Amino acid sequence: MNTVVAGITYRALLGRRRIILLLLLPLALIGLAVLFLLVGEADQDTAVELMSKFAIGTMLPLLGVIAGTGVIAPEIDDGTIIHLMSKPISRPLIIQTKFLVAASLMAVFGAVPTYFTAWLLIGNEDGIAAGFALGALVAGIAYAAVFLLLGVVTRHAVTIGVIYALVWESVVGGFIPGARKFSIQHWATTIADQISASPFLRADVTLSFAVPALIFVTVGGVLWAGLRLRAFSLTGDE
Amino acid sequence: MKIELSQVSRWYGNVVAVNDVTMTIGPGVTGLLGPNGAGKSTLLHMMAGFLSPSGGTVTLEGAKVWKNHHIYRNIGLVPEREGVYGFLTGWQFVLSAAKLHGLPDPIEAARKALATVEMEEPKDRRVETYSKGMRQRVKVAAALVHDPPVLLLDEPFNGMDPRQRLHLMDLIRAMGTAGKTILFSSHILEEVERVAQHIEVLVAGRHAASGNFREIRRLMTDRPHLFMIRSSDDRKLAAALIRDHSAGGITLRPDGLEVQATEFRRFARLLPKLAQAEGVRLHQVSPADEDLESVFSYLINRST
Repeated sequence: MNTVVAGITYRALLGRRRIILLLLLPLALIGLAVLFLLVGEADQDTAVELMSKFAIGTMLPLLGVIAGTGVIAPEIDDGTIIHLMSKPISRPLIIQTKFLVAASLMAVFGAVPTYFTAWLLIGNEDGIAAGFALGALVAGIAYAAVFLLLGVVTRHAVTIGVIYALVWESVVGGFIPGARKFSIQHWATTIADQISASPFLRADVTLSFAVPALIFVTVGGVLWAGLRLRAFSLTGDE
Repeated sequence: MKIELSQVSRWYGNVVAVNDVTMTIGPGVTGLLGPNGAGKSTLLHMMAGFLSPSGGTVTLEGAKVWKNHHIYRNIGLVPEREGVYGFLTGWQFVLSAAKLHGLPDPIEAARKALATVEMEEPKDRRVETYSKGMRQRVKVAAALVHDPPVLLLDEPFNGMDPRQRLHLMDLIRAMGTAGKTILFSSHILEEVERVAQHIEVLVAGRHAASGNFREIRRLMTDRPHLFMIRSSDDRKLAAALIRDHSAGGITLRPDGLEVQATEFRRFARLLPKLAQAEGVRLHQVSPADEDLESVFSYLINRST
């Protein structure tokens, strides 16, 4: 990790309007939990539904788009990335640093609010809060890698990312059972299920598939993004 | 330090941006001159390791430039695009460059670099509040912070006011005299003439000419010139010019004579004398192709 690269990346992401985007989704999650508390629906069934459908199913992939692409895509767009790339630092190291920044943001804006919301609804009952927090953490890290790669590979990273988050993770995974095997949110649910003893939580993907898949996607995404940045071409206006 | 380009080409799909360029950039100031769209940026990006050549090789002191981040210890790059983080202050921006280079005393290096470009006073303001010329100068400061032996600048004088331009020209000249290898691109001949000891001309992706500014100037003035001449007796003047052989081609048009002069200097001296001897009054003598584009197209045709 390079601290200068990390510092600039944090400032670029948190010093601007993007932080509002990062805050919006977790606040919505907490807001929903408060609503359920007010109407007296704060039971395990509701908590598990809210966690799997909204926290892990919607909020996390969208946060992934914002943080994962946000650590690099705007810099590629406006050319500021050249400042980092014209230095004697290996390009894969720049990618690894940006990945760590994105992953840390996913932990703070994804995993922590997930735990807090579940705890708000049902305390520490049956390990639901801890389970989903860990699931959100590993899934958030995987999303950070996937969308970072997307940000390096294409200039339309945000559009593709949002479509992926909404269509694949939310809809396809919901309707086509086979597709769940290749969905980060379902791997996260599997992790959550390992920790939680709640009868309402049921995972579709086995742990022996989910864990290697998460590792493969995360490590593969970061390595591939590093290779792509190494061969980054600056195409001028000519 | 030397940058060597050997038969370098770069194409995008079917479009050839740089075509079989071989040149060596050595110590001193070299100007890369060419009209817009000639492939100057493409060539510069390949020298800076930001573009892979489609053919040929680019090396810095024998080491391949592409996919080699170690070259940046020796290269300072000033890209044409802004590429400056608006939310950082000038000081933070240059200091970050010093730290990214892993310099032993980044603070002192950043202070020195900012002083070199006379940006000490506004250094604590955010870059987004800077004028274009000021941004250009912090970019130069960031590129100079590690005192690199090689400096590449893409259209560095764009957007600068005349005073800043002169200052940067002085700076570039001084660094060239100190033995650094400096290459800058420009589409303005006068700019290149004032700063560069050596000029490489690029036209339509091809290496059209190479030499010091006197040689390039001579190439450009000694080319065949096209003149439009109106006189009291075009026919008589045409006949006299043909007898003298100083014109390559003469066309008699309803609105005057179109004369292709083979030797500019000789023709310029000869025309008034000839007109006087023949008793012809010259009403108008105007160059028909004095724009830089036609000068460049002459150079490219000459080199093919």
